[in-house]
Amino acid sequence: MKPSILIKRILFIVVVIGIWQAVYMSGYFPEIQFPSPIRVFNSLIEGFADGTLIKALIASFKHLLIGLTLAITFGTLLGVLFGKSRQADETAGMYLIAMQSIPSIVWVPLAIMLIGLNETAVIFVVVLGGTFVMALNVRTAVHSVPPQFIKAARTMGSKGLDLFFKVEVPASLPYFMTGIRLAWAFSWRALMAGELLSNGPGLGYSLRYAMDFAVMEQVIGIIIIVGVVGSIVDQMIFSKLEKKVMKRWGLIK
Amino acid sequence: MFLQIKEVTKRFEDQQEGSFEVFSGVDLKIEKNQFVSILGPSGCGKSTLLSMVAGLESITEGTIFLGDEKVTQPDTDRGMVFQQPALFPWLSVTDNVIFPLKGKLAKDERKKVAAKHLKMVHLTRFKDSYPHELSGGMQQRVAIARALAMDPKVLLMDEPFGALDEQTRHILHDELMKIFEETKKTILFVTHSIQEAIKLSDRVIVMGTRPGRIIADFSVDIERPRQRDDLRVIEMEKEIMSLLKVEINKVLKEELDHEAKHTY
Repeated sequence: MKPSILIKRILFIVVVIGIWQAVYMSGYFPEIQFPSPIRVFNSLIEGFADGTLIKALIASFKHLLIGLTLAITFGTLLGVLFGKSRQADETAGMYLIAMQSIPSIVWVPLAIMLIGLNETAVIFVVVLGGTFVMALNVRTAVHSVPPQFIKAARTMGSKGLDLFFKVEVPASLPYFMTGIRLAWAFSWRALMAGELLSNGPGLGYSLRYAMDFAVMEQVIGIIIIVGVVGSIVDQMIFSKLEKKVMKRWGLIK
Repeated sequence: MFLQIKEVTKRFEDQQEGSFEVFSGVDLKIEKNQFVSILGPSGCGKSTLLSMVAGLESITEGTIFLGDEKVTQPDTDRGMVFQQPALFPWLSVTDNVIFPLKGKLAKDERKKVAAKHLKMVHLTRFKDSYPHELSGGMQQRVAIARALAMDPKVLLMDEPFGALDEQTRHILHDELMKIFEETKKTILFVTHSIQEAIKLSDRVIVMGTRPGRIIADFSVDIERPRQRDDLRVIEMEKEIMSLLKVEINKVLKEELDHEAKHTY
């Protein structure tokens, strides 16, 4: 990143915090509703120091890791099925989009009633959050394999499973990576929705707990963590991987 | 006879518009170690015919023999180079050339064969590069090396230089001529460029359109390298040009008639 961009970004956040501090100092809102930036910062430090936030983060990542792994697995299987079989796609392909358009929080009551108020219910919601977007992208990935790759491979004697694994799978990797990035993003949102209504542990649960005890600085602090963790994971892992693949595949310069 | 195309017909069945016949009863015999071009206006089915030899297109009627074997599906005895290089972006240049050799040769043997063919197309320096790092002309040279590496009986080329700029095309013409002299492969080359066909080939098959069929068969008995201003080249160019003009006019007239019918 160019230093000038970094400076602009830092300047922006300084201005935002400045406005926040100014509104706080105006005394327009009661302090219990509108804590100062310093207080939020201190509450974050405290939360990390006494380990409660770290425990919550670890619990959330555990739910996410299990849920996302399952979502990617199921999504890939479904996507390959719908991408390869026209029968399957004509029969149920449309419902994939319908399922994808259901916001994950809608699954929470169903999960709790079906499974109970526990971590498995949270993971269930995460799986539902990621599976359909993964399946849709894998279906696109299968359809978007350039026909000339298949033709060229066939003239070199490749067919059947060999053709599938050596040509179609690697050729569809860019869309597959997009699928994984989106599955992660949707799962992360689903995770927060699920945890918010669960009875812990997890970041979402800590957020709800803070609300119940009217600790506004913790509420804001956890929202900041959710945003920061989300963007770091996206930027450091998934976007980077996706761009790398896209570049190698000649899809971007 | 080495490559025999016997009474071959290609018909596409379309449920809405009925069947469409690209060409019918095409007969062609090609001898070993010859460079044969198939030349024709777009729509004459020359690429379809080549794909049928490759085994990528089904044969509606008739048969194609390579040696004693009937062509039913693609196999490594026929190498093909397309207009698009179709290199696999996830493999290095060397691994692309090795692709058709997997399971056929031992590991070091594969590397040796790939190195030999990359040398033939002067790309040894780029053996560890990835396709996206190469220019279009270089990519097409890798595609040629890849097709030759599996030592096919015949090399099929479907307008391989059509997407390249003029300079690069001339360089690749010279390289292909060298490769042809070195390997003495039988080459079947589809193009719509009269100059390209005459410059490269031992024999030029001219196809007409509506219906697709062979309308002429020229032997080019001019020593290589052929110069564009050679009188014999110019003479042949003119002759083929006048043949093709009739075909192109036929297409134009049909399009104009169609236009007239549908304009009020």
